[in-house]
Amino acid sequence: MSETIKTDVLIVGAGPCGLFAVFELGLLDIKAHLVDILDKVGGQCAELYPEKPIYDIPGIPEITGQGLSESLMQQIKPFNPTFHLGEMVTGIDNIGDPLYRVTTTGGKTFECKAVIIAAGGGSFQPKRPPIAGIEPYEDKSVHYAVRKMENFRDKNLVIVGGGDSALDWTLNLQPIAKRLTLVHRRDDFRGAPDSVNKMRALVASGAMDLKIGQVTELEGADGQLSTASIKDKDGNVERVACDAMLPFFGLTMKLGPISDWKLDMDGELIKVDVSTFETNRQGIFAIGDINTYPGKLKLILSGFHEGALCAQRVHHYVYPEKRLVFQYTTSSTSLQKKLGVA
Amino acid sequence: MPKITFIEHDGTVHTVEAELGASVMETAVRNDIASIVAECGGGCTCATCHVYVDDAWMERVGQPSPDEDAELDAAFDVRANSRLSCQIKVTEALDGLIVRTPSYQGR
Repeated sequence: MSETIKTDVLIVGAGPCGLFAVFELGLLDIKAHLVDILDKVGGQCAELYPEKPIYDIPGIPEITGQGLSESLMQQIKPFNPTFHLGEMVTGIDNIGDPLYRVTTTGGKTFECKAVIIAAGGGSFQPKRPPIAGIEPYEDKSVHYAVRKMENFRDKNLVIVGGGDSALDWTLNLQPIAKRLTLVHRRDDFRGAPDSVNKMRALVASGAMDLKIGQVTELEGADGQLSTASIKDKDGNVERVACDAMLPFFGLTMKLGPISDWKLDMDGELIKVDVSTFETNRQGIFAIGDINTYPGKLKLILSGFHEGALCAQRVHHYVYPEKRLVFQYTTSSTSLQKKLGVA
Repeated sequence: MPKITFIEHDGTVHTVEAELGASVMETAVRNDIASIVAECGGGCTCATCHVYVDDAWMERVGQPSPDEDAELDAAFDVRANSRLSCQIKVTEALDGLIVRTPSYQGR
C-alpha cells in the first residue's frame, strides 16, 4: 500500500472552481491537493468547450475555456498545488474531528482536515454504447480503457470509434492482437491525420480490417465475447470474431461515487449551507455546479464566490486556534508576500 | 413564431414555439424536453442533443457541417437523417419542423 499523503485540504475536481479555491485557500495559508478524473485541468472548460468564448467572467469581456483554465493556473502558481490527474476519488471516511481519509482509483490515500467537492456535473466517464446485453461483458471482455496491453495479445480485437483514442489503440494493439478490426460509422476519421494514414496503410497491407458501420449485437457466454455483429448503412450485417471490444465514444458526466458519501442531496446536487458551503457532513464542502441552495445559479462566477466563502470556514478546521483577519490583496503586505509580489 | 414538433422515442409529442435564431436544442431545453441532454450547452462537443430529422424536412434542414459530422461519431445509432440539434438554427423556413429523439443520448 502506498504512503498516505497528508494535506490540509483535498479538492475533488480541477475545473475552474476547484482551481480558484486553491487561490482563496492559499491566501489563508491552507495547502491543497486536487484530484481529477480527466488527464488535464480545467474540467468542463477544458473538456467540453476549450475553444468556445465565455462572456460572463467578471472583468474579462471574453475568454475561451482553455484560456480561463490557463489564467487560473497562472493565478494559483504561488500556492504550488499538487495535482493528481486521471484519478477519481472513491471513498471518504471520517477518522477525526474533522479529519478525513480519502482514497482514489489510482490507489492513493490522503489524510486531510477538509474536503472540497468541486466536481461540476460529476466525473467524466466513457459513454457506454447502447448494445442490448452488453452489461455482462463489461470489464471482462468489453473495456473502456486499456490498462494492460498484454491482456489483448493474440485476441480477436474489435475497436470502435473514429477519434484519437480509437486510432491510437488500433496502432498500439494491432501488432500484438491476433486480428484487429476497427469499426467506425463513416469512412472519415477525426483523429490525427498521421494516425489515420498509418491505420489505412495497415488496412491496405491486409494486417487489419476496417469496417464502416455500427456494432449492433454481441454474442458470447459468461462475460466472454465471441462475436460482434456489425451493420453497415445499407443494413447488411456482418459477424466478426471478437474476443474483446474497446468502444471509444467520448465522455459523459456521471455523478459517480459521490452518491455514496452520505451527503444530503437534491437529485444529483449536493445541498450546502449558504454561508459556508459546507454540506451536512462537517468539513466536507461543495462548490460550483455540483451544489444547490435557494437561488443557485450554475455560473463560474458563483463557484468563485463559493470558493472564497468556504475557505473562511476551512480555515477554522485547519487552524482552530488562529483568528482569521480579513485582508485585501490590494493593500495587505502579508497577502502580497504570499503571492510573491511584495 | 415558428413551431417545432419533438417526438420522443417513447412516442410523447411536444409541439412548441421556437424563437427565431435560437437553436433547436435550446428550444428543446427551454421546453423541458428531457431526451435532449445537451451536456455541453451548445458547443458541438458532446453529441447528447442528437435528433433524427423527419425525412420530409431533411432537405430544408440540410446536412451537418464536417465538424458536426465528426461529433456525431460520439452519438449512437447514427442514421442518414441524424443531426445535432444545437447546430440547427430556427428560421421561418423551419416552421413546422418535426424531429425525433433517439432512445439514448450516451448517459
